[in-house]
Amino acid sequence: MAKPTEFRIDVEKALGKTEVRAHFRKAMDTLMTNRRNQFPDDAALQALRTQAQAIRANALSKLPELLEQLETNLTKNGVQVHWAETTDEANQIVLGIMQKHHAQSIIKGKSMVSEEMGLNHFLEERGIEALESDLGEFIIQLDGETPSHIIMPAIHKSKEQISKLFHEKFPDIPYTDNVDELTASARRILRDKFYAAPVGLSGVNFAVAETGTLCLVENEGNGRMSTTIPPVHIAVTGIEKVVEKLSDIPPLLSILPRSATGQPITTYFNMISGPRKADEKDGPTEVHLVLLDNGRSRIYSDPELLATLRCIRCGACINHCPVYVRIGGHSYGTVYPGPIGTILEPQKEGLKVHGELIQASSLCGACGEVCPVRIPIPNIINRLRHDSVRKDTENTPTQDAGTRRKPLEAAIWQAWSWSASHPSLYNFGGKTATQLRGLVPNNLGAWTKVRTAPKLAEQTLHQQLKALGVDHE
Amino acid sequence: MSQTTNPPKPDTIYFFGTCLIDLIYPKAGVSAVQLLQRERVKVIYPQAQTCCGQPAWNSGYRDEARQVARAQIKFFPKNIPIVIPSGSCAGMMKTHYPELFKGEADEVEALNLANRVYELTEFLVDVLKVQLQDLGEAVEVAVHTSCSARREMGVADKIEQLLGQLSNVDVKEQAYKTECCGFGGTFAIKEPEISAAMVADKTLHIRATGATQLVSQDCGCLMNISGAFAYQAQHEGKAAPKAQHIAEFLWERTHG
Ligand code: SF4
Repeated sequence: MAKPTEFRIDVEKALGKTEVRAHFRKAMDTLMTNRRNQFPDDAALQALRTQAQAIRANALSKLPELLEQLETNLTKNGVQVHWAETTDEANQIVLGIMQKHHAQSIIKGKSMVSEEMGLNHFLEERGIEALESDLGEFIIQLDGETPSHIIMPAIHKSKEQISKLFHEKFPDIPYTDNVDELTASARRILRDKFYAAPVGLSGVNFAVAETGTLCLVENEGNGRMSTTIPPVHIAVTGIEKVVEKLSDIPPLLSILPRSATGQPITTYFNMISGPRKADEKDGPTEVHLVLLDNGRSRIYSDPELLATLRCIRCGACINHCPVYVRIGGHSYGTVYPGPIGTILEPQKEGLKVHGELIQASSLCGACGEVCPVRIPIPNIINRLRHDSVRKDTENTPTQDAGTRRKPLEAAIWQAWSWSASHPSLYNFGGKTATQLRGLVPNNLGAWTKVRTAPKLAEQTLHQQLKALGVDHE
Repeated sequence: MSQTTNPPKPDTIYFFGTCLIDLIYPKAGVSAVQLLQRERVKVIYPQAQTCCGQPAWNSGYRDEARQVARAQIKFFPKNIPIVIPSGSCAGMMKTHYPELFKGEADEVEALNLANRVYELTEFLVDVLKVQLQDLGEAVEVAVHTSCSARREMGVADKIEQLLGQLSNVDVKEQAYKTECCGFGGTFAIKEPEISAAMVADKTLHIRATGATQLVSQDCGCLMNISGAFAYQAQHEGKAAPKAQHIAEFLWERTHG
């Protein structure tokens, strides 16, 4: 038997933690209910989804032009634009800016792209302190963890765990499990850091090409502080986040928080259009935007896979996923977990590294049903399964295409296909059953670990309907 | 998606039995044919039919799926409806055949076939407009709608409409009704632990309704859920609701 993969081990571990699982279930239930309550009128929801899809599809259809326009307008506004093909390049760019300012620390608003870059780790290795200011990120950073959800990074932690963690890390603060008190402590700790930090970092939700505006949604105000208090602001984002016009923003802003947390709107919405002007009293004196590719242009080159880039990172697909709710975010072993991670990570990092994830879907379609920009996630999973075993690897941009094709499995499917397309009426059934059984020699026992084995009928439907004289022309 | 305009009641239809029903649940197939025949529809069951090709399609083996699909297309040539007692296989033929044959020689035939596909409960309700008379004893029933019937075919409400016609049937709604049962074809084999966790929850919620009977439009889900029920009955002494395909259940309760 093959050695169990890391994913398999993590999944088993996660499934064994009943308390954590119950916690995830409750959290996801709340998020699903909140979302549902935001969309009482299904027809209106479907219309808004179509509008959001159209906005994102339009932007992608003109991506190169819009990126150029974005750069021109940002530059006009005084924002310095940097292009990074790889995460390493992006990290170097951030480091370069920091070194120019002799900055020894950076305060961060929430940014999944910075997670993708592994920025904190990169900077820490070079003696620079990177401090997360989003409450969830702050918590997991204290515990040396990575996010388990793209919008609620500490969702896997219970209130009790967080209370203990705070007490352990800040022994001066009296123990409490009161959420408001915990939040207030975190705020106090962070407040000083904001004033001291020479550089602030943030992500970007939408970058408007027409005006050169960077939009940022958030709930805690830490995003605004990270982007306005430190003298230097660095925004990092993926190249796909661009939209064409300012008028594209309202529909996206309407559907994003409602899909994500079930809020009608987030507490803060920031539109950043450049550094402090001569007559302005506050704001950073320098603003940078790092545009990261990291495999995105490869995805962009395929008309079917392209839909992946419509994503606005709301996390609704994650909240509704029956697999995620049971195994949690960390089991995926990726930056982006859940359905979006399942389609994005193997494309970004290649099928050799994350190809196993595409099997971890029952293709139930719950993700595709809620996605605000209608990404056909199950179809893309299916496509990636094809990519992972296909022979004509020159026809897909997916990295490591064909590398998961196993001779035995392929031979079985070929034999199956041959008999199921050349029906020899009386033995089709038996043949299929035996052939498909051969597909899974190692896991045959898995089915019967929790279920009884299905029994073959004594007479097939073919035989029974023939005996009943049902027409068979 | 469910048809918005329903064709007039046809004289003749094709029946695609699905490989799972062929091999393991033939009674469901026979019952479906009987339900259709009772509405005075002539049913043709091409004996050459095998499988819709979905197992290979969902495993990424598109060439192999196409070969099987192409054969089915040839076996159902007439311009008459194809009725399928499975949301999953109907979804394969209706939505995935066109994708599978995109740009291929048989694309037109695939589209033509896709247009004629109906899931059984959808066909009974929307096209045949059946009126059922319940002859059975009072029973409490839980329904499991397959994800493909719900999300791919958009016919989740049809099974409930049919059950609603049965005066002695009390439908009990379970928690997490719309959640996947964890079958997912090869998913149950490739991700056995996750699948097991999903079916454990599904059986828990169904059992909690107190229903003694479970019905579904899809035998894949039934094989998964009823297999778990039977296992739990054997090893944990729990009650096992009787699981049946909707066709079998309807036929048993309505034929005199
Ligand atoms: S794939 Fe869709 S649902 Fe999932 S995070 Fe992206 S936009 Fe949201």
